[in-house]
Amino acid sequence: MRSDAGKLSLILLMAPFALWILLLIVLPQLGIGYVSLREKVGPGQFTFGFGNYLDFLGEPIYWNTLLRTAWMSILVTILALLVGFPVAYYIAKMARQRSRAALFLLCLIPLWVSDLVRAFGWIVLLRETGLVSGALQWAGLISGPVELLYNDVTVVIGLVYTVVLFMIVPLVSTLDGMDDALLEAGYNLGGSRLTVFRRIIVPYAMPGIVAGCIITFMLTAGSYLTPILLGGKNSSWFTEQIYNQFITRYNWEAGATFGVLLLGFTSLVIWLGLKLTGQSLATTVAKD
Amino acid sequence: MYDLRCENVTKRFGDFTAVNNVSFDIPSGSFFSILGPSGCGKTTLMRMIAGFETPDEGDILIKGRSVLKDAPNKRNVKMVFQHLALFPMMTVGENIAYGLRCRGDARSEIGGRVKAVLERVGLPGVEDKQISQLSGGQKQRIAIARCMVLEPDVLLLDEPLGALDLKLREHMKIELKQLQHQFETTFLYITHDQSEALVMSDNVAVMNAGRFEQIGPPKELYENPVSGFVAGFVGDSNRWSGRVDRVSGGTARIALDGGETVLGTPGAGGLTDASEVEVFVRPEAISVGKGDEGCTLSGTVDSLLFNGANSRILVRTNSGKLIEVADQAGVSGVAEGDAIDIHWPGHLALCFGKGAA
Repeated sequence: MRSDAGKLSLILLMAPFALWILLLIVLPQLGIGYVSLREKVGPGQFTFGFGNYLDFLGEPIYWNTLLRTAWMSILVTILALLVGFPVAYYIAKMARQRSRAALFLLCLIPLWVSDLVRAFGWIVLLRETGLVSGALQWAGLISGPVELLYNDVTVVIGLVYTVVLFMIVPLVSTLDGMDDALLEAGYNLGGSRLTVFRRIIVPYAMPGIVAGCIITFMLTAGSYLTPILLGGKNSSWFTEQIYNQFITRYNWEAGATFGVLLLGFTSLVIWLGLKLTGQSLATTVAKD
Repeated sequence: MYDLRCENVTKRFGDFTAVNNVSFDIPSGSFFSILGPSGCGKTTLMRMIAGFETPDEGDILIKGRSVLKDAPNKRNVKMVFQHLALFPMMTVGENIAYGLRCRGDARSEIGGRVKAVLERVGLPGVEDKQISQLSGGQKQRIAIARCMVLEPDVLLLDEPLGALDLKLREHMKIELKQLQHQFETTFLYITHDQSEALVMSDNVAVMNAGRFEQIGPPKELYENPVSGFVAGFVGDSNRWSGRVDRVSGGTARIALDGGETVLGTPGAGGLTDASEVEVFVRPEAISVGKGDEGCTLSGTVDSLLFNGANSRILVRTNSGKLIEVADQAGVSGVAEGDAIDIHWPGHLALCFGKGAA
């Protein structure tokens, strides 16, 4: 009787989650996978095979874009870690208890504004007639207006700004659990600041670092708005290719293939990253 | 030869004086305890010695050399933390090797040193275990081994037994003392548990509100406390408040709050007529039966508390005081509700002025 009630409540609680996963994630992915294996031989006529994948490999611009997206995403992830770690360390370990919540909230405030508006914010700042360009001219550092948009540096900066929060949150929660006595023990036993950081803080924060890196990497590789708006035509972001195939060229088969490839490729990168750092998903993202 | 010496050390946090003009010496190779209630400043004192806090006044010398200018990682004092602070992401061997690697020992020597120190603490062959696989007592020993492998001048221990259960705590007390003998290193032990301090130490300093009340061997603190605080904090004591009636020679006649009159011995500092005092009598000093005038009270047996050699008779006096009387393994043969007289030798009733402590 009791276990029946337990089972029922488990089913009721899990049902919305299971439906969500099934209907919105698994089914569409299966559909995408199915479409990607479909080759168009004539109007309304299809055969099945790996032709779409071979097309991808045969066209350097496609796989170069994928590689470029992966590299830039890795770069963004590393930069987000470098920027986010000191911030997270300050919030978790150095800030007073009372200001901690306020600082955390400050980190969340950008999320109240939509991605699109924030990207336009960067445009207002960086365009030829924008604030930065104007300020530099006024200060006499440059003679004419300068275009700061539509280059890789701007795209990377914009992406780091968008995703850094998702690096900070897991880091704060990991570092928060670290007893200060561990650091003091590290110094007491003769460790320098560098040693304590390298041998105690970083290994302790490793689960948070890996979790943050996975989230930021996935978000970056799959982002669309920021690279398009800040990078313009030159951004060559892989999601842009997917969009073009689906919408501009109405080639769903190729678009689906690219989608599957992006998922597969980013998963591969994360798997490699986990192998290299000796972590597993169970010890990082799934940590209680 | 002193391993550690503190001279007039003072530390303030804002208006609050945590450590107030504390001075002491610890002879080489001895076990020294600082005993005090929580919040008395003993942890602050220890953190100053380790270098995590800087004293506002005074000096700290290790082996005769002032260490105030040395950073924590440059001082040869090692610390066993309250919750041990073993590094959870390292194995036992790595935990112990950490300090050796920081010191720059050759890689080839580290393995041998780790092995040797693990044998000395009685845990050979656990190098590759994870910290979480160890029991509480084993963690304790690893935390000590991690410090001792560096051959510190002084080992600081900050209530390391606090987290252990009672049985293990009793066991570790003896083990700690043995380890100290074996390593022949100076131990500075901080605790709020008087039995830990009394059992293990060569010398104990009783600390209260940032000051040292008394420093001495455990026996001296127990038998000749210099203040009411020490008398009440070290060991069990019956404590009665009253007012001095008359002081003559070595004895004081005291009118207790309940109306009885007892004779007591004035403690250090003396007493003045008509001042408020507290009388301290240890349970084991009291025996059943009628004694001398001024050293006897009568009442009824309220309850019997059996605890082996620590058994007590609780006596309620005619004026309503509850008095603990030692009852060696329940031999006295009294029953609850019996009318009873109790007495004690006059020189064991110590009187201290109230608030003068």
